[in-house]
Amino acid sequence: MQDLLEILTQIPDPEIPVINIVELGIVRDAKMISEKEAEIIITPTYSACPAMFNIEEDIVKLFKEIGISAKVVTKMFPIWTTDWMTDEAREKLRAYGIVPPEKGADENHLHIPKKCPRCGSENTMQISRFGSTLCKAGYQCQDCLEPFDYFKCH
Amino acid sequence: MKNYLLKLADDSLIMGQRLAEWCGKGPYLEEDIAVINIALDQLGQANNFYNLAANLFNDGRTADDFAMLRVEKEYLNAQLVELPNGDYANTIMKAYFFAVYQKLLYENLSNSADEDLRAIAQKSLKEVKYHYTHTETWMRIFAQGTEESRKRIEAALENLWEYTGGLFDEVEEEENLVALNLTPASKQLHEEWKAKIAEDFAKFGLEIPASEFMQKGSRKGIHTEYFGYILCELQYMQRTYPNCVW
Repeated sequence: MQDLLEILTQIPDPEIPVINIVELGIVRDAKMISEKEAEIIITPTYSACPAMFNIEEDIVKLFKEIGISAKVVTKMFPIWTTDWMTDEAREKLRAYGIVPPEKGADENHLHIPKKCPRCGSENTMQISRFGSTLCKAGYQCQDCLEPFDYFKCH
Repeated sequence: MKNYLLKLADDSLIMGQRLAEWCGKGPYLEEDIAVINIALDQLGQANNFYNLAANLFNDGRTADDFAMLRVEKEYLNAQLVELPNGDYANTIMKAYFFAVYQKLLYENLSNSADEDLRAIAQKSLKEVKYHYTHTETWMRIFAQGTEESRKRIEAALENLWEYTGGLFDEVEEEENLVALNLTPASKQLHEEWKAKIAEDFAKFGLEIPASEFMQKGSRKGIHTEYFGYILCELQYMQRTYPNCVW
């Protein structure tokens, strides 16, 4: 029997395909509850994250392919935080062009300079606190002039 | 508890639906996206509260049924959130008043004796902090920008103020919930809200209207003339194609 968590790492985040749902911290627990039945406990990232619906479907589909029926249980408490994201996932985000969230930081109090993922300059500015998805904010590098996404601390 | 949850859910649903009317029409791209982000957060929060309510009612109705298939009088949202968007100053001020309200509400609910409510509140609080910062920034821009922007924000204030009290109207059984430490007292929230508004308004250089008259009927199913229209649009698909799903 393969490790269930290992299997789940095959599922990418639908909106950020370079990271998977395990390293993102969405999967809380995965266990077999009978011979052919698994229970997967997930925690939603944002109240309205549309990716959560896809993720549930993806989990059920993936396990079906290997003959296991998956029961997905959504558990909200304790609430998800970007601190649960692994260091590896943060690195993947950076390489993908999205500045990862700082660990343990509070967006509303700390103004940590965001480093441009292309040229490394810290001479950057926020264009908008709200980006293309609920988890991101829009920034622009003042040196290379490229816009980039920042994954907000949450 | 059922009606209290519906009051919270209905507020978020209608606020989200109204803000979503800006989609594709925002004053510029970033602001269009920002308002829709906020609208989406509201719809997600509404969904969470409807799910909790559906569990308590336990009569076969789902979160969607509560959102899509009730009639006007059954909605317990504050009249403030159903008011038309008006110009952008009006929208921002409405969203700002609501953000201050929700921030205080969720801070309080984060300590509720009910674990589910606590979880939703803690999650939602993170989202609402962004709404507050965003709308607070815009309030300042409108209040201290140009003569025109100042005129617009003052007109919005005159238009909206008498509806703000309705946010703090109680549903029937609320006293019991407070006694059980499940929810904060609305009167107390109202005091906290007024204090925060006074603090911010001093920064904006805006004056709180002297009139203490407040519209009544929020939380009792009494709505403004605008509510029927927004509900029609919201429920159109489900009424026209019963049981349709995406």
